[in-house]
Amino acid sequence: MKVLVALKRVADPDNANKVKISPAGDAVDVAGLEWKTNPFDEYALEAALRLTENGKAPKKREGEVVVVTIGPKESEVMLRGALATGADRAIRIEANDADLDGRLVAHALKAIVEAEKPDLIVLGKQAVDGDSNQVGQRLAELLDYPMATFAATIKEEDGALLVGREVDGGVATLRVKLPAVVTVDLRIVAPTSVYSKLTQAEAGFKHGEGVRFAPLPAIMAAKKKPLDVKPLADVTGGNQLATQYLKFERPAQRAGGAKVKDVAELVEKLANVSKVI
Amino acid sequence: MSDALVIAEYSEDGTLKKSTLAAITFAQRALPTLGGSFSILVLGARAAASAATLTGYGAAKVLVCEDASLGKYTAEQFAPTVAAVGKNYGLVVATASTFGKDLLPRVAAKLDAAYAGDCAGVSAEGGKLVYKRPMFAGNVFGYCTLSTPIQVATVRQSELDAALPSGGASPLENVAKVAPGAAAGRVEFVSLEAVKSARPELSDASIIVSGGRALKEKFMEVLEPLADALGAALGASRAAVDAGYAPGDFQVGQTGKIVAPKLYVAVGISGAIQHIAGMKSSKVIVAINKDPEAPIFQLADYGLVADLFTAVPALVTELKKRA
Repeated sequence: MKVLVALKRVADPDNANKVKISPAGDAVDVAGLEWKTNPFDEYALEAALRLTENGKAPKKREGEVVVVTIGPKESEVMLRGALATGADRAIRIEANDADLDGRLVAHALKAIVEAEKPDLIVLGKQAVDGDSNQVGQRLAELLDYPMATFAATIKEEDGALLVGREVDGGVATLRVKLPAVVTVDLRIVAPTSVYSKLTQAEAGFKHGEGVRFAPLPAIMAAKKKPLDVKPLADVTGGNQLATQYLKFERPAQRAGGAKVKDVAELVEKLANVSKVI
Repeated sequence: MSDALVIAEYSEDGTLKKSTLAAITFAQRALPTLGGSFSILVLGARAAASAATLTGYGAAKVLVCEDASLGKYTAEQFAPTVAAVGKNYGLVVATASTFGKDLLPRVAAKLDAAYAGDCAGVSAEGGKLVYKRPMFAGNVFGYCTLSTPIQVATVRQSELDAALPSGGASPLENVAKVAPGAAAGRVEFVSLEAVKSARPELSDASIIVSGGRALKEKFMEVLEPLADALGAALGASRAAVDAGYAPGDFQVGQTGKIVAPKLYVAVGISGAIQHIAGMKSSKVIVAINKDPEAPIFQLADYGLVADLFTAVPALVTELKKRA
């Protein structure tokens, strides 16, 4: 199976105190933030690697994993990291984040899919900077492919995937025939979430918890793996940016911080002061 | 001048979800800018029966697409009809449940429309709609405009009041299902494993008891009695879900469920930023944690510094005394 994985480099918002707005309010100041791979995209890569190997011999790739990003030169660090964990090739489409929105990214990825002809495209369900959650769905529509979003489990069948989706109130299972688009949720990196046909043959096999890390020799070897760069204009089909951010602001802070001394006082306050029980 | 189209929330059992009412509120707030009216589109195998409950909200029309092939939701079956109806509107909007977040971006691509996801509000500037969106794990609100002729949005349920019935009776109008593309023939709905629980659903619950990684394997053992005593839904931090102590659909946070109950009880949750983004609009927040420096205490109305394994059973006993 040939799998294309889309990765995005994000300014990690995990430390709230470091997320700042420019004085004019027209930009998010990412200067204090750490750049990293969008966590959901890391999970997408891990799922792709699991689908293209026998879990018991994960060094041998049974198929091909191609990673693609749309971003500046600096995002090649992320692509090299992906190559070190097992991806075979990388593609970077040269662009600045400010010149992109979900619609444009989906058009660009469509062009890459048409050139690469993968059996499966895997993406994170959303990026933790824009929190937009749209590229996978849009890409599936542009390609007229079936999709399974918010995947928690993937099991390979003959020419199809059985995908368990995290939906409100439970797990909805879809069978999608390949080629297809899958976007992944948190639990996709649990030990029994993804089974390729090869791994399935090994009854009771469990993957490691979470995403894999690259050993040093693999990091060195990744420097020699192919990384192609393409200009954005070649893949957008003439489409222009259609989302304009006018301003940004921090949400109002909550006035909290009061303490109670014990359980009895807590219940008394909830019942008689806040009147919520 | 243009109109707005609200896509009613489909439930797997064919009933309408009240989350639809947040999308109606959003459409109503967009109308002064759009200059037109709003209509509601209901799709499903028994859509006509569901549609009748939506005629009292002031819509110009309630459009009904009833078809046996719409009994089980897949975006591939629904999107072509939503797009065919939506192309006559300036704004297509649904609530940002997993249904709306799955379907609407696909519809947007079909309409070549730009999309604003998970909106917390809408305003206007220079005659254009301005969408307010939580970004960066809830640390930032971004305000954006979209420049395509048709615009598509989903709405964060916890940030918009449910629309109230305004009287009147919107006329019902049947819409034929549009034949789907090739993709629909390559996806098959297999099953829905609903979480069987006597408790309320997280997104609708008025009280939520939520647990963190500190509960370890005793997550359910410790929290279920408290949830039962309060009539609460159960939630969890991402750390607890990641560690396998709680099921995935429990996750409250920017990337999980966004909730705003009247009472949120955070047990053994330190208060990671992406968790806070999912619950900080709650009316009253209680935090129980043995670490007095845990960030969750900064936003809690009532903080109790205590060992949760003794404090939670004591709280259950105290609540039962009152009952």
